Amino acid sequence: MPEPVIHANNIVKKYDDFVAVNGISFEVARGESFGLLGPNGAGKSTTMKMIAAVSTRTSGELTVLGLDPNTDGPAIRSQLGVVPQEDNLDQELRVRENLITYGRFFGMSHAECGKRADELLEFAQLSDRAKAKVEPLSGGMKRRLTIARSLMNDPQMLLLDEPTTGLDPQARHILWDRLFRLKENGTTLVLTTHYMDEAEQLSDRIIVVDKGEIMAEGSPAYLIRTYSTREVLEVRYGSDKNAAVAKKIADVGERQEILPDRILIYSADGERDLAEITSRGHHPTTSLVRRSSLEDVFLRLTGRSLVE
Amino acid sequence: MTSPSEITAKATNPRRWGWWYITELRLREMRGYLSYVITSSFGNPIIYLLALGVGLSSLVPQGIDGVPFLVFVAPAILMSTILSVGAEEGMYPVLSGFKWHKIFFAIHATPITPGQIVAGFFVHLAIRFGFTAGVFFLAILAFGAVPLSTGWLMIPIAILGAFAIMTPLAAYAAQLEDDTGQFALIQRMVVMPMFLFSGTFFPISEIPDWLEWVAWISPLWHASQLGRVVSYGTVEPIWLTILHFVVLVAFAFVGAVLTRRAFIKRLTR
Repeated sequence: MPEPVIHANNIVKKYDDFVAVNGISFEVARGESFGLLGPNGAGKSTTMKMIAAVSTRTSGELTVLGLDPNTDGPAIRSQLGVVPQEDNLDQELRVRENLITYGRFFGMSHAECGKRADELLEFAQLSDRAKAKVEPLSGGMKRRLTIARSLMNDPQMLLLDEPTTGLDPQARHILWDRLFRLKENGTTLVLTTHYMDEAEQLSDRIIVVDKGEIMAEGSPAYLIRTYSTREVLEVRYGSDKNAAVAKKIADVGERQEILPDRILIYSADGERDLAEITSRGHHPTTSLVRRSSLEDVFLRLTGRSLVE
Repeated sequence: MTSPSEITAKATNPRRWGWWYITELRLREMRGYLSYVITSSFGNPIIYLLALGVGLSSLVPQGIDGVPFLVFVAPAILMSTILSVGAEEGMYPVLSGFKWHKIFFAIHATPITPGQIVAGFFVHLAIRFGFTAGVFFLAILAFGAVPLSTGWLMIPIAILGAFAIMTPLAAYAAQLEDDTGQFALIQRMVVMPMFLFSGTFFPISEIPDWLEWVAWISPLWHASQLGRVVSYGTVEPIWLTILHFVVLVAFAFVGAVLTRRAFIKRLTR
């Protein structure tokens, strides 16, 4: 195996008494698209900051592109593109100027910066906004501009922290499309997300993180196969009745999760189990058969839902 | 794959010129509020000189310190103007970079180090202070309140004085989580009193003894006195002149060290 672009072994980050990251280990290969999935506060962003060489780790081994972030921060950062969770564009500059000044930080010449900025505005579908002010742009446009900015130095690896949080579905799809193109072109992507669909869309491999620790690791398909069933049957009987009905149908399916608003029945064949339940006289007010998702994996691993 | 040593070698430009990229950014940003900088740089001295030169000086026909009143106050007004710009620039733009626009975090995601951010920020401010002081100097020169030969030295003194107040405030602002009135309080309880008790309009010998210490710890007093030395050659012991200089350098230097430390701490936590 070629040398990994990220090698993390038992890394820990403590803030006074609070342990944000508690000994996690993983490797990321060149060209791979790697996701950290977990709820808010799981330690994903802190892990990202350590990889991005802006936050010094408390202990453990970490190399990024073969260098130690604690000692070679500037050199590592010169090869990274970073899309932070919150947009931090320069509001005092115009759209194109944001790209140019950013390119300068990497030591690029004015001419190079101008050329690259125009290419990236095209890529981010923002060419017609080149001279616009930043503030009035929509959330999706600001995100795209932030992504364009992160690509100014033609990075070996792109770090995306919650790239589509707060965007409407259409803006998310445009963004995913752009990111997917980068992935196709061989850029290594590392992203954090608490959206399972985002993790499934963009990652080849995922680690599920909770409370600063890794709960599971693998491709989305592997995680679903290992920690969940092929299908999930969701039935609702009303919040006051769900628990009572669940006891009577406990033998249906391989496993059940009783949530306040619905019962999840993990099953190889959802329709068959729904027929079984109704034949026993338990007609749900609503029912739904769907494929298992990473949300189910997370629920299984932690007993909690991703978005709380 | 690029080897680690190649990566390190490639990052040479930012390592050497990172501070300048930040200065460049700040100058570019300043274009957005250039009209404010220019208007205030030209407007301030004219307002002051008209009020004091034409107004107040008629009440003091005998002058002060052996020179006409306008000549006496001109260096101090120049200093107080530039130092107040210094106080302003040390507070809001710093907190803004961490809290409101978070631009310092964006910069730190690149090869630029926290120390370079501080250095570039300071170089830009030296240019900003120098410009405003230069315009002010030309104005008092036009009013005949200062000789050109040694008077121009007031410009570097003003830059130093502004740093003496700006860097400690920047160090404070860099560790502030939020502005819940601290800046307004500093303006009213620190900056304002400093202007009133720093021998701007009258010598500090006129201040009651028990209040004179305010002037001694005030960068403005030290800057104003240095200004008077190079302007009309006010007579004071040489040790005192050296002391003025040393105090300003000490304030600026300690403030700069603390600012750098605060930036590193906040950007790498």
